[in-house]
Amino acid sequence: MAIDTVEAVEPEGAGAELQSLEAGLDALESAAATSSPWWRRVFLAKILPPIVAVVVLLLIWDLLVAAQIKPAWVLPGPADVWDELNANWSNYQVTQAIWDSVSRGILGFLIALVVGTVLGLTIARIQLLRAAVQPILSGLQSLPSVAWVPIGIMWFGVTSATIYTVVLLGAIPSIAIGLIDGLDQIPPIYTRVGRNLGARGLASARYVLFPAVMPGYVSGLKQGWAFSWRSLMAAELIAVSPHLGPGIGQVMAEAGDNQDMAMAFGALIIILIIGIGINAVFFAPIERRLLRSRGLARR
Amino acid sequence: MTVTAALSASPATEPAAVRLTGVTKSFGKDGVPVLDGINLTVAPGEFVCLLGASGCGKSTLLNLIAGLDPASSGSIELPGTGSRPGHAALMFQESALFPWLSAGRNIELALKLRGLRNRVERRAEAQRLLGLVRLETSYDKRVHELSGGMRQRVALARALAQQANVLLMDEPFAALDAITRDVLHEELIKLWQETQLSVVFVTHNVREAARLGQRVVLLSSRPGRIAREWRVDIPQPRRIEDAAVTELTRAITAELHKEISRHGN
Repeated sequence: MAIDTVEAVEPEGAGAELQSLEAGLDALESAAATSSPWWRRVFLAKILPPIVAVVVLLLIWDLLVAAQIKPAWVLPGPADVWDELNANWSNYQVTQAIWDSVSRGILGFLIALVVGTVLGLTIARIQLLRAAVQPILSGLQSLPSVAWVPIGIMWFGVTSATIYTVVLLGAIPSIAIGLIDGLDQIPPIYTRVGRNLGARGLASARYVLFPAVMPGYVSGLKQGWAFSWRSLMAAELIAVSPHLGPGIGQVMAEAGDNQDMAMAFGALIIILIIGIGINAVFFAPIERRLLRSRGLARR
Repeated sequence: MTVTAALSASPATEPAAVRLTGVTKSFGKDGVPVLDGINLTVAPGEFVCLLGASGCGKSTLLNLIAGLDPASSGSIELPGTGSRPGHAALMFQESALFPWLSAGRNIELALKLRGLRNRVERRAEAQRLLGLVRLETSYDKRVHELSGGMRQRVALARALAQQANVLLMDEPFAALDAITRDVLHEELIKLWQETQLSVVFVTHNVREAARLGQRVVLLSSRPGRIAREWRVDIPQPRRIEDAAVTELTRAITAELHKEISRHGN
């Protein structure tokens, strides 16, 4: 008899007993739902704490300045930095610099994403290649990418090519390693179940491997972005040239040349805000969704 | 109650859902065989329990039948006549549901991979299958929101979604508490009676084997060979505490202990 002719049987006698027993077990063993509205939970758990932390940090900073342990030109206060940013925003071409840096960072990251993904997939698939290349990749990941700046300048001069070289060498290893580790961490039982269900080759990649690897891959991407941004700032700080156009790193280098401590602090804060902001806008929500749907993160 | 012990190798002319002939499996080149000369025929609609201590190759045997690993020698046939001949659905100790999909979507994926293209039909069929395991209201639940017993019921529904004639179960209830296991035994027998599936149920729990099987096959360890089998004529629905089940449990346990003791010498 084929399975699809089965009908749910009316509960009666032993059936009803089984049903109520089962319903009781299900109720006892399932997690109780939370009742407060989600926006309130998100606000209290996710948004408020970092705001409080920033306010506390600003207060401590202000107190240190008020205590006058160092002169203001060595340690400017938050208000000094704010005033300096307001006064010299256009002199330092900060808007243009932010735009240039962010677009370079994103473009570099996107190239690293493609190259790192292809590289990671290739290495994960070919055992011999993996044995050969993985240690080098790990080494590259721990090598500060700023070390490439002098070499890049000697190769390409102070050009965009140098900057992108540094960014890519910083970001590609993280993305490739994240993907390789993610593939390693897929429980073998998933692929076995997939095969039993009939997923082979491309279907297995699409319905099993791809979703299973997502958490590891996304955390690799997140780290890849951090490395991109970090490497970009290092490159911009060192490779300063008029025909490269402005960039936040250049703003900071210029502030250094001018002994403008307040602007140097301002540039530092802008770099931080952009790094945090891109993570908060792009990576954190994806990661949170992935983990939450798998029951790996607290709600 | 009649319990007969027999070592049967049924002739190849008999109708069968699974037929193993001289199946041997060893891992690696000239490794020690894990399974040695297994002859086993499962009749259509039969419920067979494979019982053995650890190291007897129970799980290996299921993987061979499921086609996940190749046998070293011998033949494995699944001469089914249903919509998917040659295919056997497999269930594990852990539910192995995909955590990135909801309960219902897990079943839908099985239907999609079976070849059911119409999305609306798929959804309705998944809903119906969840109803069979009394989880009709849990369609959108994530795997981590379900209890262990509920996960195994979803996994059972997913296995049914494959429309195989044979259901292979690898200690599916071993990680559950006794009450839940009891309930799932009853549920499984009910579904088996309704569907006429052939079931090969692997366990190391003698009482479970006596509670469920029409036939209990005892495997020896290292290498796994069929040591004995019992035909169980206690009618279903049985209960785990039935006197007949207890008596059979005692008889099988005695044999199992003998098998295990051989390895100590």
